[in-house]
Amino acid sequence: MANSTTAPGAATAAAFDRRDFDWYVDKAVQAIVFVCGISAIIFVLGIFVFVTKEGLGFIVNHMNFHEFFLTPYWSPSDADDPEYGILALMAGTASVTGLAMLVAIPFSLGAAIYIAEFASGKTRETLKVLVELLAAIPSVVWGFIGLVIMNPLIIKWFDVPVGLCVLNAGIILGLMAAPIMTSIAEDALKAVPDRYREAAEAMGATRWQVTYKVVLPAAKNGLLGGVLLGVGRGFGETMAVLMATGHAVNIPNSIFDSVRALTATIAAELGETVVGGEHYQALFTIGILLFLVTFVVNLSADLIVRGIRKG
Amino acid sequence: MSAAPAAALLQPSPEYAIDTKKLNLWYGTFQALYDVDLRIRQGMITSMIGPSGCGKSTYLRSVNRINERLGYVRIEGSIDVMGQNIYDPGVELIQVRKQVGMVFQRPNPLPISIRDNILFSHRLHAKGGGDVHQGTPDEIVEESLRTVLLWDKVKDRLKRKATELSLEEQQKLCIARLLPVKPKLLLMDEPCSALDPKGTEAVEELLWELRGQYTILIVTHNMAQARRASEECIFMLMGKVVEHAPTEEMFVTPTHQETADYIEGRFG
Repeated sequence: MANSTTAPGAATAAAFDRRDFDWYVDKAVQAIVFVCGISAIIFVLGIFVFVTKEGLGFIVNHMNFHEFFLTPYWSPSDADDPEYGILALMAGTASVTGLAMLVAIPFSLGAAIYIAEFASGKTRETLKVLVELLAAIPSVVWGFIGLVIMNPLIIKWFDVPVGLCVLNAGIILGLMAAPIMTSIAEDALKAVPDRYREAAEAMGATRWQVTYKVVLPAAKNGLLGGVLLGVGRGFGETMAVLMATGHAVNIPNSIFDSVRALTATIAAELGETVVGGEHYQALFTIGILLFLVTFVVNLSADLIVRGIRKG
Repeated sequence: MSAAPAAALLQPSPEYAIDTKKLNLWYGTFQALYDVDLRIRQGMITSMIGPSGCGKSTYLRSVNRINERLGYVRIEGSIDVMGQNIYDPGVELIQVRKQVGMVFQRPNPLPISIRDNILFSHRLHAKGGGDVHQGTPDEIVEESLRTVLLWDKVKDRLKRKATELSLEEQQKLCIARLLPVKPKLLLMDEPCSALDPKGTEAVEELLWELRGQYTILIVTHNMAQARRASEECIFMLMGKVVEHAPTEEMFVTPTHQETADYIEGRFG
């Protein structure tokens, strides 16, 4: 009798500092996910440090800011007088990305509005899966399409000598960026609370009026963020652009001119350079520029999506 | 009567704003309403009470056909609003919803300015040449907000987002924004359930002000509210109308045992 009343009391007192197996599992899991979590930051910083270290020698020793940013002559393999002007490369990237956005924005916005606001049931689910599949097509396949299908079509339709040009790469890049932009835009539309739609419909608004007057304004931050992420994607895309632009250093006068992109230049030339040489370092300087631009674009997209910046 | 809907419309003022005949409603395979026959008197406040899931909100939502958003709703029977069956094949949803305004349980002003909220419905319907308030936008905004006793509080911040208002003010705004298109009927689905007692009182007072000018059908969980704020009362149970009587009568001498049990809180 006496034993049975004191024993539980003693056990309870002793239990306060007892650590069972689950306690160790919990601590271990916390430590592991912490390492995984911060490793992303470490990798990004590591890449940035590496790219900067490789490119810094050029910036400090050889780079002439005026020549680098404002002249269109890129001939780094000239033994006597190598020239490092990236204006034409920037123009190439900008023109292709710009055209790609002109293609992708209406496409992806329309697709997102259809999926989120008009389609229902099976149609919606099927379309969502298809859009995600499109986003997973490797960029070299898109480049192949540009090279083998678009190239002869452009030559035939527009009667131009070369079909590898701003138009070709712009369309390819636009189609590449559209699925991701569609997904993000659809998420933004879905995030608009349904009671807004219900309220507007109950007042006699049509589906399109609901979309145009209520849903799109409410989702504008998310939509803008999606567009910016698309821009970031276009800016950083390499393989498809390398294959479809024609890869000629040139400031384009029309959409039928061949151009060369910043990314494609690095991809095509890095293998032929002397490690640590001037040309090698110049390519890494382009890498720094690309890194900074995509970082800024993605960061502002992120901020806009979160609504920190209203507008 | 379905043979001559136009003639019915010409009647100066039918006694009943809503005349429901044999209304059956299914959500998929689940039947939510059974043979509902209801006549709602014009210009009065009629309340609907009953336990959760009894079909009162479903009925309310089928009077401006907002139920159909769900896509899997099937309806048989008819609902005449001001003498015309709104389930006739030729009826335009948009016109029904202009005539029959709806206030929801949770205040749902649109995420635009107070002013734009008031003008939203008016802008939709004025284009089509419907019978709407003929004043200038400024007059419409002021008059609508004055009607719901909100003008003095918000007149200096009409450009601010409506979602920044307090819940009570939002709900009043949701009533005010229906008025510029001159609806005949106002449906309210537990309009006070998200409000505190003061807000509830304010909205009830407002309903009393609007009485006569509009026919008001209000669903409520709150028996005391039904008793205070309505002239006729409908008790529903399991998708059927059990009792429909003047409010005082129903609360003092209910004719059905279920009504008495529910009113006295023995179930529900």
